[in-house]
Amino acid sequence: MEFRVEVFWSTDLPDGRATHLLARLERLDIPPVPQVRISDLYFLRGNLSVTVLDRLAVELLVDPIVEGYHLQPIHAPRAGDGALAVEVGYLPGVTDAVADNLLRRARLMGIGGLEAAATGKRYAFGDSLSTDDLHTIARELLCNDVIQSYSLAPFRPAFVPHAEPSTHVETVPLQPLGDSELTRLSSERVLSLSLAEMQTIRDEFARLGREPTDVELETLAQTWSEHCQHKTFKAEIDYSCQGGLSRVLPAGSQPEPPYDERIPGLLGSYIRAATETLARPWVRSAFEDNAGIIDFDDDFEVSFKVETHNHPSALEPFGGSNTGVGGVIRDVLGVSHRPIANTDVLCFGPGDLSPAEIPDGTLHPQRIAQGVIAGIEDYGNKMGIPTVSGAILYDRDYAANPLIYCGCVGLAPKGSHRRDPQPGDLCVALGGRTGRDGLHGATFSSAELTHETGATVGSVVQIGDPIVEKAVLEAVMIARDEGLYTAITDCGAGGFSSAVGEMGRHVGADVELQDVRLKYPGLRPWEIWLSEAQERMVLATPPGNLPRLQAICDGLDVEWTVIGRFTGDKRLRVRYDGQLVADLDMDFLHDGWTASTMRAVWTPPDYAEPELGSQPDLTPLLLQMLGHPDVASKEAVIRRYDHEVQGATVVKPMVGAASDGPSDAAVLKPLETGGWQGVALGCGINPHYGRVDPYAMAWAAIDEALRNIVCVGADPDRVALLDNFCWGNPRLPDRLGRLVRAAQGCHDAAVAYGTPFISGKDSLNNEYKDPQGEKRAIPPTLLISSLGIVPDVRQAVTMDLKAVGSLLYVLGETRAELGGSLYYRLHESLGCSVPGPQPGAVETMRALHRAMRAGLVRACHDCSEGGLAVAAAEMALAGRLGLDLSLAHLPRSPVVDRDDVALFAESSGRFLVEVAPEDAAAFEEALAGHRLACLGSVSAAGSAEGGDLSPGPLSAPDPNPLPVTSSQPSPRFQVRGLHGDTVIDCALADLLRAWQPPEEL
Amino acid sequence: MMKPHVLILHATGTNRDHEAAWAVEAAGGQPKIVHVNELHDRRAYLQEFQMLILPGGFSYGDALGAGRMWATDLRWLFQDELARFIESGKPVLGICNGFQALVKSGWLPGPPEHGIQATLTRNASNRFECRWVWLAADPGSPSVFTRGLATAVYCPVAHGEGRFVPRDSATLERLRTQHLIALTYTSAGGAQAGYPENPNGSVAGIAGICNERGNVLGLMPHPEDHILPVQHPRWMRGEGGHLGLPLFAQGVRYAAGH
Repeated sequence: MEFRVEVFWSTDLPDGRATHLLARLERLDIPPVPQVRISDLYFLRGNLSVTVLDRLAVELLVDPIVEGYHLQPIHAPRAGDGALAVEVGYLPGVTDAVADNLLRRARLMGIGGLEAAATGKRYAFGDSLSTDDLHTIARELLCNDVIQSYSLAPFRPAFVPHAEPSTHVETVPLQPLGDSELTRLSSERVLSLSLAEMQTIRDEFARLGREPTDVELETLAQTWSEHCQHKTFKAEIDYSCQGGLSRVLPAGSQPEPPYDERIPGLLGSYIRAATETLARPWVRSAFEDNAGIIDFDDDFEVSFKVETHNHPSALEPFGGSNTGVGGVIRDVLGVSHRPIANTDVLCFGPGDLSPAEIPDGTLHPQRIAQGVIAGIEDYGNKMGIPTVSGAILYDRDYAANPLIYCGCVGLAPKGSHRRDPQPGDLCVALGGRTGRDGLHGATFSSAELTHETGATVGSVVQIGDPIVEKAVLEAVMIARDEGLYTAITDCGAGGFSSAVGEMGRHVGADVELQDVRLKYPGLRPWEIWLSEAQERMVLATPPGNLPRLQAICDGLDVEWTVIGRFTGDKRLRVRYDGQLVADLDMDFLHDGWTASTMRAVWTPPDYAEPELGSQPDLTPLLLQMLGHPDVASKEAVIRRYDHEVQGATVVKPMVGAASDGPSDAAVLKPLETGGWQGVALGCGINPHYGRVDPYAMAWAAIDEALRNIVCVGADPDRVALLDNFCWGNPRLPDRLGRLVRAAQGCHDAAVAYGTPFISGKDSLNNEYKDPQGEKRAIPPTLLISSLGIVPDVRQAVTMDLKAVGSLLYVLGETRAELGGSLYYRLHESLGCSVPGPQPGAVETMRALHRAMRAGLVRACHDCSEGGLAVAAAEMALAGRLGLDLSLAHLPRSPVVDRDDVALFAESSGRFLVEVAPEDAAAFEEALAGHRLACLGSVSAAGSAEGGDLSPGPLSAPDPNPLPVTSSQPSPRFQVRGLHGDTVIDCALADLLRAWQPPEEL
Repeated sequence: MMKPHVLILHATGTNRDHEAAWAVEAAGGQPKIVHVNELHDRRAYLQEFQMLILPGGFSYGDALGAGRMWATDLRWLFQDELARFIESGKPVLGICNGFQALVKSGWLPGPPEHGIQATLTRNASNRFECRWVWLAADPGSPSVFTRGLATAVYCPVAHGEGRFVPRDSATLERLRTQHLIALTYTSAGGAQAGYPENPNGSVAGIAGICNERGNVLGLMPHPEDHILPVQHPRWMRGEGGHLGLPLFAQGVRYAAGH
């Protein structure tokens, strides 16, 4: 029998869930909806009496204080209000963690009759709507047909269908195939192998005198995939450079003369080369492990990894970002570190895009953003890892291709990581069960897959279950501390195939797939082997340690299975029920592919500088910039992430008098480390510069990532970087040419700043067809993440102005660099004069850091998007204090002769620094020889002249700063221009209003 | 004085166990993090401890409602042990998810024979909220944790389901007259709080309640995340004090003397 339990809100208090949905309904093109009632649906199958069902409902499903319920057989007519309703449920095979928990709990309660469970939601609307309206609501807001289905009639769940175990292994004949057939086979099976690679495989099996099995072919395709081998970054490149900023410092002073060059490989020639040139002794692991590792102090080390999960998030935003976070956490677990922080950088299409502008087949950017943010919130918060750093960018070109960068930082006692499995060690899988999740990534459409395999649809998109991963994390930490394993890795892309193949590379492994625990039967051997089901780790464990590992796992409710052993014969053998289904030589598997030669051309675009008239009053422009989605307050998002858990966040993502100012970077002081040393996390990203010159973009991103953490007190000589490239199709020479430029910029800037790369990742082929059918790439987007050491967190500095009377200094030179700037973009232009490298920037940072260590800095903020004007306004906003500035002595290049250029140029290497008047002399001495000027002072309420110059009461501030909307006159934000005229003058309250978005995401 | 042994009950998905342990240590207690399964399998015994903390997090993923399944653990697996512990007067502190479990198992405001008298449901904003809040203690409350608390406590909340709703107005009245509302959200100046100072829309600004005897306290905010001055969001502006530590210190002191 199948039953349905509907749980509804029953009190007079407003239901926040319903209120929230009503607000979102207002944006749809439907008649006004006065009310909605939301119920949770539970579908239960089994031999269950009404008494047992009632007990289940009362004990587990209903909150008696605020909820009521209806219980009925699933096929009975619904006892209801007759209101128009949409009911939504999951497609079969999609992870439904609530239903799984319900089943587990019912078993604990001794209710054996419950065989299956599923969940859903019911949305009942008044009768003001037509059924067409309901379909609109369902499609636009309530149901994503990648993982769900909906019905206007009572929803009928498809419980996981019964299926027989499948043992079918196919032999794939390659010998008779010619070139075109090999190419077709690669594409039909979504192997993504080139013709040359298919030929290599065919010839290898000819040598062996047999044909490959599907398991072997899939294993080779996975191991040789772009994702796992970074073929583009290892390929030899014939590069033709047609101009752009010169790579010879001072860069930009001369244009690059045209030249041709053969580059042995981007990774080796540029990214790794920078790390090797710098040879920093505190780098413990760069590009070798799942995450990069540096020394923290004498006892601990820190790791950092950033991944992208773009395509899955475009299809199913919640599940995509959810598993993106889960995946990068496992990367950190894969170096035996305890995760201590998450980061996320998100690029979306504009939230106000009209339906006509949305590329076909994609979700509205706002829906993508909401889902992605909810997915990050869910996974990070439930893992108990603070989400502390990130950025959100909006651009039309991300509408079809949103970018989701997920990062994770780990901490461990030095030398915790082990990576040498020994012959005889057992291969143990921990954590989640294996299903069809994520087979072949997201290249299959769900319909095709269902049609072809008669299977469930959960195959394309992975949904996470963070609590399973949380328990795995705890088990791994204990096993690590007790030395129970010799190697560990995560199951990410490629599943067991990748994990076991990689771990056993130098020893060999023998695996029995029949022992793998499955979510549901019916998976073919290759599907078990390749599944990208979440929350799984693989350990190599000496047999003697197994009983202890088992006890740890059982105690934490972590499922574990011995799936094979490491052998010593350097072969990868995979069996199903004892039958050999794959037998590959490890050397061929890992090294059998040959790097290709690719062609790249870089031609600098000939964009013109826009001719903008000068305006005497720049206040409206500043307000417009503060309200731009890239700059406006992200508080509504940040507060949804737990940034306090673990108790280590000593500089939070939001700072200042009202704790809402945009912090340059987060600082963590882990509770378990001794002393006061901490880590700072920052990032730099600006795709608009990349549209003009990716070389300049790389410099600017590295400069910003570094400046961010120097602002909060990181030592510029103890900073490591991560590179994450999101790019178009690298087989197109212009795309690859831009990638070459960016990689060269990464190299040159990293060497100049002394900041080694320790990890990186690329996501290529981010292309889509525009409405005219033309292929368009996303703007080349490089994210640089920075990890730095703060010698003493008690000396950390934040960006909010602290006290009336302080002086505000600018450090660094302002140049006529407006290309790609927010200023130009507000005028629908891009320009060409992107920020170039600043010679001597790192020396300036060192001097600033020394001044901070000496306690001479009250606040510090970097100038980036929106230039000096936005940076100064943010400092004032965060401190709820005024500023009275003059540009007369602004250090600038001679061509900067206009106030808009001076205020909005985005030149690199610049800081705004608040200094107490009594420290001014010492500060100026500490920065002697660097481009420095005092621009003015922090002013009090209503002051036009800078106000009282006596030092502010830093020791006893007002614990309850008054909101600026009170009757007291608001502080003013005033700037006099290069020639003494007032160019910006407004109340702080106006800045605040512009900067705080009217509606929350 | 002997350091009292404090059991921090870890269920799959709780995640502020270590901060709670840290706070207990700073308060002079000896914390031990013990998984629910260890208690259940008799590898650890509740009665050997002088104090119990149910920490924050997402026990069992908060599937079926925050703290709900953990509450069923308390009711089905540990009802007798917990009753003995509480009835002997030993202190119990439930933080966030632990508070939800204590309310949903009937221990708060208690006694469980009176049934479920309140809930913690979805925030009125319908969002998870991570922000710092001010907490004022009722000086007349019997709670052993808030007794003698001289100043307001300032600490973060981080939850999506913290909206306290009593069963009915009679229940609210009883909580008031018996001074069981040990902690209330206030504005920074101590005035009555609206959103966001009351971050979840709790009825009567209720942040924490205790039982009649005063030895069981539950609260949504996280005093364990404000033990050190550098955890304060505005320490670099010279602000400080109002630590969460005294709540733990009071509990540990009471446990030691009990």
